[in-house]
Amino acid sequence: MTYAHRAFIVLWKDVLTERRSKAALNALLFFSLLLLFIFQFTLGGDRERLTAALPGLLWLGFVLSGLVGLGRTFLLERENDCWDGLLLTPGDKSAIYLGKVAGNLLLMLIVEVILLTLFALFFNVDVGRALPALGLVLPLGTIGFAAVGTLFAAMTAHVRAREVLFPVLLLPVVVPVLLGSVRATDAALAGEPLSAVAQWLQLLVAADVIYVVAGLLTFDALLEG
Amino acid sequence: MIVDPHAAVDRSISARGLRKAFGPNLVLDGIDLDVRRGEAVALLGANGAGKTTLLRIAATLVRPTRGEIRVGGADCAREPEAARRQLGFLGHGSWLYEDLTALENLKFWATLGGRPASAAALRAALAVVELDRWADERVRPFSAGMKRRLSIARLLIAHPSVLLLDEPFTGLDQRGAKWLEEHLQAFKGAGGAVLMSTHSFGRGFGVADRAAILAGGRIAADVAVAPLGAEGVRRLYEVTVEEGA
Repeated sequence: MTYAHRAFIVLWKDVLTERRSKAALNALLFFSLLLLFIFQFTLGGDRERLTAALPGLLWLGFVLSGLVGLGRTFLLERENDCWDGLLLTPGDKSAIYLGKVAGNLLLMLIVEVILLTLFALFFNVDVGRALPALGLVLPLGTIGFAAVGTLFAAMTAHVRAREVLFPVLLLPVVVPVLLGSVRATDAALAGEPLSAVAQWLQLLVAADVIYVVAGLLTFDALLEG
Repeated sequence: MIVDPHAAVDRSISARGLRKAFGPNLVLDGIDLDVRRGEAVALLGANGAGKTTLLRIAATLVRPTRGEIRVGGADCAREPEAARRQLGFLGHGSWLYEDLTALENLKFWATLGGRPASAAALRAALAVVELDRWADERVRPFSAGMKRRLSIARLLIAHPSVLLLDEPFTGLDQRGAKWLEEHLQAFKGAGGAVLMSTHSFGRGFGVADRAAILAGGRIAADVAVAPLGAEGVRRLYEVTVEEGA
Protein backbone atom coordinates (compact mmCIF):
# COMPACT_ATOMS: atom_id res chain seq x y z
CA MET A 1 0.00 0.00 0.00
CA THR A 2 1.67 3.17 -1.15
CA TYR A 3 1.69 6.49 0.63
CA ALA A 4 0.09 8.10 -2.43
CA HIS A 5 -2.71 5.52 -2.44
CA ARG A 6 -3.56 6.32 1.18
CA ALA A 7 -3.54 10.06 0.46
CA PHE A 8 -5.72 9.48 -2.59
CA ILE A 9 -8.34 7.49 -0.66
CA VAL A 10 -8.77 10.44 1.75
CA LEU A 11 -9.16 12.80 -1.22
CA TRP A 12 -11.61 10.35 -2.87
CA LYS A 13 -13.69 10.16 0.31
CA ASP A 14 -13.83 13.96 0.74
CA VAL A 15 -14.67 14.62 -2.92
CA LEU A 16 -17.36 11.93 -2.97
CA THR A 17 -18.91 13.21 0.26
CA GLU A 18 -18.88 16.79 -0.98
CA ARG A 19 -20.28 15.83 -4.39
CA ARG A 20 -23.23 14.15 -2.70
CA SER A 21 -23.90 16.57 0.15
CA LYS A 22 -22.71 19.77 -1.58
CA ALA A 23 -22.65 21.20 1.94
CA ALA A 24 -19.43 23.20 1.60
CA LEU A 25 -19.84 24.16 -2.06
CA ASN A 26 -23.34 25.56 -1.59
CA ALA A 27 -22.27 27.54 1.47
CA LEU A 28 -19.20 28.91 -0.33
CA LEU A 29 -21.10 29.90 -3.46
CA PHE A 30 -23.82 31.64 -1.50
CA PHE A 31 -21.20 33.43 0.56
CA SER A 32 -19.29 34.47 -2.59
CA LEU A 33 -22.42 35.85 -4.21
CA LEU A 34 -23.14 37.86 -1.09
CA LEU A 35 -19.64 39.33 -1.21
CA LEU A 36 -20.07 40.25 -4.87
CA PHE A 37 -23.29 42.10 -4.15
CA ILE A 38 -21.61 44.02 -1.35
CA PHE A 39 -18.63 44.94 -3.56
CA GLN A 40 -20.95 45.96 -6.39
CA PHE A 41 -23.03 48.08 -4.03
CA THR A 42 -19.92 49.76 -2.59
CA LEU A 43 -17.99 50.43 -5.79
CA GLY A 44 -20.85 50.95 -8.21
CA GLY A 45 -19.70 51.89 -11.68
CA ASP A 46 -16.47 53.64 -10.72
CA ARG A 47 -14.10 51.72 -13.00
CA GLU A 48 -10.96 53.49 -11.82
CA ARG A 49 -11.55 52.55 -8.20
CA LEU A 50 -12.61 49.08 -9.28
CA THR A 51 -9.44 48.47 -11.29
CA ALA A 52 -7.28 49.55 -8.37
CA ALA A 53 -9.19 47.47 -5.86
CA LEU A 54 -9.91 44.38 -7.99
CA PRO A 55 -6.90 42.20 -6.99
CA GLY A 56 -7.54 42.90 -3.31
CA LEU A 57 -11.27 42.29 -3.67
CA LEU A 58 -10.67 39.03 -5.48
CA TRP A 59 -8.37 37.71 -2.77
CA LEU A 60 -10.66 39.03 -0.06
CA GLY A 61 -13.37 36.89 -1.63
CA PHE A 62 -11.03 33.90 -1.93
CA VAL A 63 -9.82 34.22 1.66
CA LEU A 64 -13.25 34.70 3.22
CA SER A 65 -14.79 31.82 1.31
CA GLY A 66 -11.64 29.77 2.00
CA LEU A 67 -12.04 30.39 5.73
CA VAL A 68 -15.58 29.05 5.56
CA GLY A 69 -14.47 25.95 3.60
CA LEU A 70 -11.31 25.21 5.56
CA GLY A 71 -13.10 25.61 8.88
CA ARG A 72 -15.39 22.74 7.89
CA THR A 73 -12.54 20.38 6.90
CA PHE A 74 -12.55 18.23 10.01
CA LEU A 75 -16.22 18.58 10.96
CA LEU A 76 -16.84 15.45 8.90
CA GLU A 77 -14.27 13.56 10.95
CA ARG A 78 -15.87 14.60 14.25
CA GLU A 79 -19.18 13.09 13.18
CA ASN A 80 -19.45 9.46 14.40
CA ASP A 81 -15.95 9.67 15.95
CA CYS A 82 -14.23 9.12 12.58
CA TRP A 83 -11.32 11.11 14.03
CA ASP A 84 -10.57 8.11 16.29
CA GLY A 85 -10.49 5.90 13.21
CA LEU A 86 -7.97 8.17 11.48
CA LEU A 87 -5.82 8.21 14.60
CA LEU A 88 -5.86 4.41 14.95
CA THR A 89 -4.99 3.84 11.31
CA PRO A 90 -1.51 2.32 11.18
CA GLY A 91 1.06 4.07 9.03
CA ASP A 92 2.22 7.59 8.30
CA LYS A 93 -0.57 10.04 9.19
CA SER A 94 0.86 12.72 6.92
CA ALA A 95 -0.83 10.87 4.03
CA ILE A 96 -4.16 11.85 5.61
CA TYR A 97 -2.99 15.46 5.74
CA LEU A 98 -1.91 15.39 2.12
CA GLY A 99 -5.30 13.99 1.06
CA LYS A 100 -7.11 16.65 3.08
CA VAL A 101 -4.98 19.46 1.59
CA ALA A 102 -5.65 18.15 -1.92
CA GLY A 103 -9.40 18.09 -1.23
CA ASN A 104 -9.38 21.61 0.15
CA LEU A 105 -7.23 22.83 -2.74
CA LEU A 106 -9.66 21.36 -5.25
CA LEU A 107 -12.69 22.90 -3.55
CA MET A 108 -11.04 26.31 -3.19
CA LEU A 109 -9.88 26.34 -6.82
CA ILE A 110 -13.41 25.50 -8.01
CA VAL A 111 -14.82 28.36 -5.93
CA GLU A 112 -12.06 30.70 -7.17
CA VAL A 113 -12.83 29.93 -10.82
CA ILE A 114 -16.55 30.55 -10.22
CA LEU A 115 -15.83 33.72 -8.25
CA LEU A 116 -13.47 35.00 -10.95
CA THR A 117 -16.11 34.36 -13.61
CA LEU A 118 -18.74 36.17 -11.55
CA PHE A 119 -16.37 39.09 -10.99
CA ALA A 120 -15.82 39.34 -14.73
CA LEU A 121 -19.58 39.32 -15.37
CA PHE A 122 -20.63 41.59 -12.47
CA PHE A 123 -17.96 44.22 -12.98
CA ASN A 124 -17.60 43.85 -16.73
CA VAL A 125 -13.88 43.16 -16.42
CA ASP A 126 -11.98 41.43 -19.22
CA VAL A 127 -9.90 38.75 -17.49
CA GLY A 128 -9.40 36.70 -20.65
CA ARG A 129 -5.90 37.95 -21.42
CA ALA A 130 -4.84 37.54 -17.79
CA LEU A 131 -5.96 33.92 -17.60
CA PRO A 132 -2.58 32.25 -18.35
CA ALA A 133 -0.87 34.31 -15.64
CA LEU A 134 -3.77 33.81 -13.22
CA GLY A 135 -3.54 30.09 -13.96
CA LEU A 136 -0.16 30.19 -12.23
CA VAL A 137 -0.80 32.79 -9.54
CA LEU A 138 -4.10 31.45 -8.16
CA PRO A 139 -2.87 27.86 -7.54
CA LEU A 140 0.39 29.17 -6.05
CA GLY A 141 -1.51 31.36 -3.60
CA THR A 142 -4.11 28.72 -2.84
CA ILE A 143 -1.65 25.89 -2.12
CA GLY A 144 -0.04 27.80 0.76
CA PHE A 145 -3.41 28.93 2.08
CA ALA A 146 -4.89 25.42 1.93
CA ALA A 147 -1.77 23.81 3.44
CA VAL A 148 -1.62 25.98 6.53
CA GLY A 149 -5.42 26.24 6.75
CA THR A 150 -5.80 22.45 6.83
CA LEU A 151 -3.19 22.20 9.56
CA PHE A 152 -4.87 24.84 11.73
CA ALA A 153 -8.30 23.34 11.05
CA ALA A 154 -7.00 20.06 12.49
CA MET A 155 -5.41 21.92 15.40
CA THR A 156 -8.67 23.67 16.34
CA ALA A 157 -11.04 20.80 15.47
CA HIS A 158 -11.58 19.85 19.11
CA VAL A 159 -11.43 23.36 20.56
CA ARG A 160 -14.73 24.76 21.80
CA ALA A 161 -14.14 28.28 20.40
CA ARG A 162 -12.75 27.00 17.07
CA GLU A 163 -14.86 29.38 14.93
CA VAL A 164 -13.07 32.30 16.60
CA LEU A 165 -9.69 30.70 17.10
CA PHE A 166 -9.30 29.31 13.57
CA PRO A 167 -9.19 32.64 11.65
CA VAL A 168 -7.29 34.35 14.47
CA LEU A 169 -4.52 31.73 14.17
CA LEU A 170 -4.60 31.36 10.40
CA LEU A 171 -4.76 34.89 9.03
CA PRO A 172 -1.48 36.27 10.51
CA VAL A 173 0.40 33.20 9.23
CA VAL A 174 -0.89 33.53 5.66
CA VAL A 175 0.01 37.23 5.36
CA PRO A 176 3.07 36.49 3.16
CA VAL A 177 0.90 34.35 0.85
CA LEU A 178 -1.76 37.05 0.64
CA LEU A 179 0.75 39.84 -0.07
CA GLY A 180 2.42 37.82 -2.80
CA SER A 181 -0.87 36.68 -4.29
CA VAL A 182 -2.46 40.14 -4.39
CA ARG A 183 0.64 41.73 -5.93
CA ALA A 184 1.03 38.97 -8.55
CA THR A 185 -2.72 39.08 -9.35
CA ASP A 186 -2.47 42.86 -9.74
CA ALA A 187 0.35 42.42 -12.27
CA ALA A 188 -1.56 39.69 -14.12
CA LEU A 189 -4.74 41.77 -14.42
CA ALA A 190 -2.74 44.85 -15.50
CA GLY A 191 -1.19 42.81 -18.31
CA GLU A 192 2.33 43.11 -16.87
CA PRO A 193 4.71 40.18 -17.45
CA LEU A 194 5.04 37.92 -14.40
CA SER A 195 8.79 38.51 -14.51
CA ALA A 196 8.00 41.98 -13.12
CA VAL A 197 6.76 40.32 -9.93
CA ALA A 198 9.25 37.45 -9.90
CA GLN A 199 10.27 38.14 -6.29
CA TRP A 200 6.64 37.85 -5.15
CA LEU A 201 6.24 34.57 -7.03
CA GLN A 202 9.42 33.30 -5.39
CA LEU A 203 7.94 34.28 -2.03
CA LEU A 204 4.77 32.32 -2.88
CA VAL A 205 6.73 29.22 -3.89
CA ALA A 206 8.87 29.42 -0.76
CA ALA A 207 5.80 29.88 1.48
CA ASP A 208 4.03 26.96 -0.22
CA VAL A 209 7.01 24.66 0.29
CA ILE A 210 7.44 25.70 3.93
CA TYR A 211 3.75 25.35 4.78
CA VAL A 212 3.32 21.98 3.07
CA VAL A 213 6.51 20.54 4.62
CA ALA A 214 5.58 21.93 8.05
CA GLY A 215 2.15 20.31 7.69
CA LEU A 216 3.58 16.96 6.66
CA LEU A 217 6.05 16.97 9.54
CA THR A 218 3.68 18.08 12.30
CA PHE A 219 0.32 16.53 11.38
CA ASP A 220 1.08 13.20 13.05
CA ALA A 221 1.91 14.84 16.38
CA LEU A 222 -1.10 17.10 16.01
CA LEU A 223 -3.48 14.20 15.39
CA GLU A 224 -2.07 12.34 18.40
CA GLY A 225 -2.77 15.45 20.50
CA MET B 1 5.86 -1.82 38.06
CA ILE B 2 8.09 -2.93 35.25
CA VAL B 3 6.69 -5.63 32.99
CA ASP B 4 9.00 -7.94 31.15
CA PRO B 5 7.53 -8.06 27.63
CA HIS B 6 8.96 -11.56 27.11
CA ALA B 7 7.12 -12.88 30.14
CA ALA B 8 3.90 -11.59 28.58
CA VAL B 9 4.20 -13.62 25.38
CA ASP B 10 0.91 -15.45 25.99
CA ARG B 11 -0.85 -12.28 27.08
CA SER B 12 -2.48 -10.29 24.32
CA ILE B 13 -3.38 -7.50 26.74
CA SER B 14 -1.39 -6.83 29.86
CA ALA B 15 -1.95 -3.84 32.16
CA ARG B 16 0.18 -3.08 35.19
CA GLY B 17 -0.39 -0.29 37.70
CA LEU B 18 -2.51 1.61 35.20
CA ARG B 19 -3.64 4.97 36.48
CA LYS B 20 -5.61 7.68 34.71
CA ALA B 21 -6.71 11.05 36.07
CA PHE B 22 -8.66 13.72 34.21
CA GLY B 23 -7.67 16.83 36.14
CA PRO B 24 -8.60 16.19 39.78
CA ASN B 25 -10.78 13.18 38.87
CA LEU B 26 -8.98 9.89 39.34
CA VAL B 27 -10.77 7.41 37.05
CA LEU B 28 -8.37 4.46 37.12
CA ASP B 29 -6.21 3.84 40.17
CA GLY B 30 -3.77 1.00 39.66
CA ILE B 31 -5.34 -1.46 37.23
CA ASP B 32 -3.66 -4.85 36.82
CA LEU B 33 -5.29 -6.97 34.14
CA ASP B 34 -4.28 -9.71 31.71
CA VAL B 35 -6.18 -11.07 28.75
CA ARG B 36 -4.64 -14.15 27.18
CA ARG B 37 -4.87 -15.44 23.66
CA GLY B 38 -8.14 -17.22 23.01
CA GLU B 39 -9.75 -15.50 25.97
CA ALA B 40 -12.52 -12.95 26.37
CA VAL B 41 -12.81 -10.71 29.41
CA ALA B 42 -15.96 -8.75 30.18
CA LEU B 43 -15.40 -5.42 31.93
CA LEU B 44 -18.25 -4.66 34.27
CA GLY B 45 -18.86 -1.53 36.29
CA ALA B 46 -21.29 1.23 37.04
CA ASN B 47 -21.53 4.30 34.80
CA GLY B 48 -18.33 6.34 35.16
CA ALA B 49 -16.39 3.39 36.62
CA GLY B 50 -13.73 3.78 33.92
CA LYS B 51 -14.56 0.95 31.49
CA THR B 52 -14.48 3.17 28.40
CA THR B 53 -11.35 4.95 29.64
CA LEU B 54 -9.57 1.62 30.12
CA LEU B 55 -10.57 0.48 26.62
CA ARG B 56 -9.50 3.79 25.07
CA ILE B 57 -6.10 3.58 26.80
CA ALA B 58 -5.66 0.02 25.47
CA ALA B 59 -6.67 1.30 22.03
CA THR B 60 -3.92 3.98 22.24
CA LEU B 61 -6.50 6.77 22.03
CA VAL B 62 -5.80 8.04 25.55
CA ARG B 63 -2.48 8.10 27.37
CA PRO B 64 -2.32 6.75 30.91
CA THR B 65 -1.21 9.08 33.70
CA ARG B 66 0.94 6.29 35.13
CA GLY B 67 1.50 2.58 34.61
CA GLU B 68 1.73 0.53 31.48
CA ILE B 69 -0.54 -1.39 29.17
CA ARG B 70 0.66 -3.67 26.39
CA VAL B 71 -1.27 -5.00 23.42
CA GLY B 72 0.39 -7.95 21.72
CA GLY B 73 3.56 -7.11 23.60
CA ALA B 74 3.64 -3.50 22.35
CA ASP B 75 3.55 -0.70 24.91
CA CYS B 76 0.47 1.36 23.99
CA ALA B 77 2.06 4.64 25.14
CA ARG B 78 5.56 4.15 23.71
CA GLU B 79 4.85 1.99 20.66
CA PRO B 80 1.30 2.93 19.65
CA GLU B 81 1.87 2.05 15.98
CA ALA B 82 2.89 -1.52 16.84
CA ALA B 83 -0.15 -1.88 19.08
CA ARG B 84 -2.49 -0.42 16.44
CA ARG B 85 -1.43 -2.98 13.88
CA GLN B 86 -2.81 -5.71 16.14
CA LEU B 87 -5.97 -4.25 17.58
CA GLY B 88 -9.49 -3.64 16.39
CA PHE B 89 -11.55 -1.10 18.32
CA LEU B 90 -15.30 -0.71 18.43
CA GLY B 91 -16.29 2.33 20.46
CA HIS B 92 -19.49 4.31 20.86
CA GLY B 93 -18.95 6.10 17.53
CA SER B 94 -19.58 4.14 14.35
CA TRP B 95 -16.68 5.64 12.31
CA LEU B 96 -19.04 5.85 9.37
CA TYR B 97 -19.32 8.60 6.78
CA GLU B 98 -23.04 9.07 6.32
CA ASP B 99 -22.90 10.24 2.69
CA LEU B 100 -20.88 7.23 1.57
CA THR B 101 -22.43 3.84 0.86
CA ALA B 102 -21.80 0.83 3.08
CA LEU B 103 -19.36 -0.56 0.50
CA GLU B 104 -17.54 2.78 0.12
CA ASN B 105 -17.12 3.07 3.89
CA LEU B 106 -15.50 -0.36 4.02
CA LYS B 107 -13.31 0.46 1.02
CA PHE B 108 -12.11 3.66 2.70
CA TRP B 109 -11.15 2.06 6.01
CA ALA B 110 -9.61 -1.01 4.35
CA THR B 111 -7.43 1.10 2.06
CA LEU B 112 -6.44 3.61 4.71
CA GLY B 113 -5.61 0.76 7.08
CA GLY B 114 -3.17 -0.62 4.51
CA ARG B 115 -5.34 -3.65 3.63
CA PRO B 116 -6.99 -2.79 0.31
CA ALA B 117 -9.60 -5.38 -0.57
CA SER B 118 -11.44 -6.20 -3.77
CA ALA B 119 -15.09 -5.22 -4.12
CA ALA B 120 -15.95 -8.93 -3.91
CA ALA B 121 -14.11 -9.31 -0.61
CA LEU B 122 -15.81 -6.22 0.79
CA ARG B 123 -19.22 -7.48 -0.34
CA ALA B 124 -18.44 -10.79 1.33
CA ALA B 125 -17.70 -8.96 4.60
CA LEU B 126 -21.04 -7.18 4.24
CA ALA B 127 -22.76 -10.50 3.61
CA VAL B 128 -21.34 -11.85 6.88
CA VAL B 129 -23.14 -9.08 8.80
CA GLU B 130 -26.18 -9.46 6.52
CA LEU B 131 -25.85 -6.01 4.97
CA ASP B 132 -25.03 -7.15 1.41
CA ARG B 133 -28.49 -6.02 0.21
CA TRP B 134 -27.63 -2.48 1.31
CA ALA B 135 -24.04 -2.48 0.01
CA ASP B 136 -24.69 0.35 -2.44
CA GLU B 137 -27.00 2.38 -0.21
CA ARG B 138 -25.86 5.47 1.61
CA VAL B 139 -25.39 4.96 5.33
CA ARG B 140 -27.38 8.02 6.50
CA PRO B 141 -30.81 6.32 6.69
CA PHE B 142 -29.44 3.11 8.26
CA SER B 143 -30.84 2.14 11.67
CA ALA B 144 -28.52 2.13 14.70
CA GLY B 145 -28.35 -1.66 14.52
CA MET B 146 -27.38 -1.63 10.84
CA LYS B 147 -24.67 0.94 11.55
CA ARG B 148 -23.39 -1.24 14.38
CA ARG B 149 -23.24 -4.25 12.05
CA LEU B 150 -21.40 -2.20 9.45
CA SER B 151 -18.90 -1.14 12.10
CA ILE B 152 -18.39 -4.81 12.93
CA ALA B 153 -17.79 -5.52 9.22
CA ARG B 154 -15.11 -2.82 9.34
CA LEU B 155 -13.44 -4.75 12.16
CA LEU B 156 -13.63 -8.01 10.18
CA ILE B 157 -11.73 -6.69 7.18
CA ALA B 158 -8.88 -5.42 9.39
CA HIS B 159 -8.11 -8.96 10.70
CA PRO B 160 -6.98 -7.87 14.19
CA SER B 161 -5.63 -10.27 16.81
CA VAL B 162 -7.04 -8.25 19.71
CA LEU B 163 -10.55 -6.84 19.91
CA LEU B 164 -11.42 -3.94 22.21
CA LEU B 165 -15.18 -3.60 22.26
CA ASP B 166 -17.16 -0.95 24.10
CA GLU B 167 -20.73 -2.19 24.63
CA PRO B 168 -20.60 -4.23 21.40
CA PHE B 169 -24.12 -5.64 21.71
CA THR B 170 -25.81 -2.25 22.08
CA GLY B 171 -28.22 -1.54 19.25
CA LEU B 172 -28.13 -5.08 17.86
CA ASP B 173 -31.33 -7.08 17.50
CA GLN B 174 -31.52 -10.73 18.65
CA ARG B 175 -30.28 -12.01 15.31
CA GLY B 176 -27.37 -9.56 15.18
CA ALA B 177 -26.41 -10.26 18.80
CA LYS B 178 -26.48 -14.01 18.17
CA TRP B 179 -24.30 -13.58 15.11
CA LEU B 180 -21.80 -11.40 17.01
CA GLU B 181 -21.66 -13.90 19.85
CA GLU B 182 -20.88 -16.72 17.42
CA HIS B 183 -18.29 -14.60 15.65
CA LEU B 184 -16.54 -13.73 18.92
CA GLN B 185 -16.48 -17.39 19.90
CA ALA B 186 -14.85 -18.22 16.54
CA PHE B 187 -12.41 -15.31 16.99
CA LYS B 188 -11.37 -16.68 20.39
CA GLY B 189 -11.09 -20.16 18.92
CA ALA B 190 -8.60 -18.82 16.39
CA GLY B 191 -6.45 -17.43 19.21
CA GLY B 192 -7.83 -13.88 19.34
CA ALA B 193 -8.21 -11.96 22.58
CA VAL B 194 -11.28 -9.89 23.48
CA LEU B 195 -11.69 -7.18 26.09
CA MET B 196 -15.22 -5.82 26.10
CA SER B 197 -17.28 -3.62 28.35
CA THR B 198 -20.87 -4.57 28.97
CA HIS B 199 -23.82 -3.75 31.17
CA SER B 200 -25.73 -6.83 30.14
CA PHE B 201 -25.61 -10.25 31.74
CA GLY B 202 -27.79 -11.64 28.98
CA ARG B 203 -26.86 -12.28 25.37
CA GLY B 204 -23.21 -11.68 24.67
CA PHE B 205 -22.11 -12.24 28.24
CA GLY B 206 -21.76 -15.93 27.41
CA VAL B 207 -18.73 -15.09 25.27
CA ALA B 208 -16.77 -13.99 28.34
CA ASP B 209 -14.41 -16.41 30.04
CA ARG B 210 -13.70 -13.97 32.84
CA ALA B 211 -15.44 -10.98 34.31
CA ALA B 212 -13.47 -8.05 35.72
CA ILE B 213 -15.52 -5.71 37.90
CA LEU B 214 -14.32 -2.11 38.05
CA ALA B 215 -15.17 -0.16 41.18
CA GLY B 216 -13.43 2.79 42.80
CA GLY B 217 -10.93 2.95 39.95
CA ARG B 218 -9.66 -0.58 40.65
CA ILE B 219 -10.39 -4.12 39.57
CA ALA B 220 -12.51 -5.04 42.58
CA ALA B 221 -13.06 -8.62 41.39
CA ASP B 222 -11.65 -10.74 38.57
CA VAL B 223 -13.44 -14.08 38.33
CA ALA B 224 -13.93 -16.96 35.92
CA VAL B 225 -17.45 -16.85 34.53
CA ALA B 226 -18.03 -20.61 34.06
CA PRO B 227 -18.11 -21.70 37.73
CA LEU B 228 -20.40 -18.85 38.78
CA GLY B 229 -22.58 -18.54 35.70
CA ALA B 230 -24.09 -15.24 34.56
CA GLU B 231 -26.40 -15.13 37.59
CA GLY B 232 -23.52 -15.69 40.01
CA VAL B 233 -21.49 -12.92 38.36
CA ARG B 234 -24.52 -10.63 38.54
CA ARG B 235 -24.81 -11.20 42.30
CA LEU B 236 -21.07 -10.64 42.75
CA TYR B 237 -21.34 -7.45 40.68
CA GLU B 238 -24.20 -6.12 42.78
CA VAL B 239 -22.35 -6.79 46.01
CA THR B 240 -19.08 -5.35 44.70
CA VAL B 241 -20.56 -2.22 43.16
CA GLU B 242 -22.74 -1.56 46.20
CA GLU B 243 -19.70 -1.92 48.49
CA GLY B 244 -17.71 0.40 46.27
CA ALA B 245 -20.50 3.02 46.17
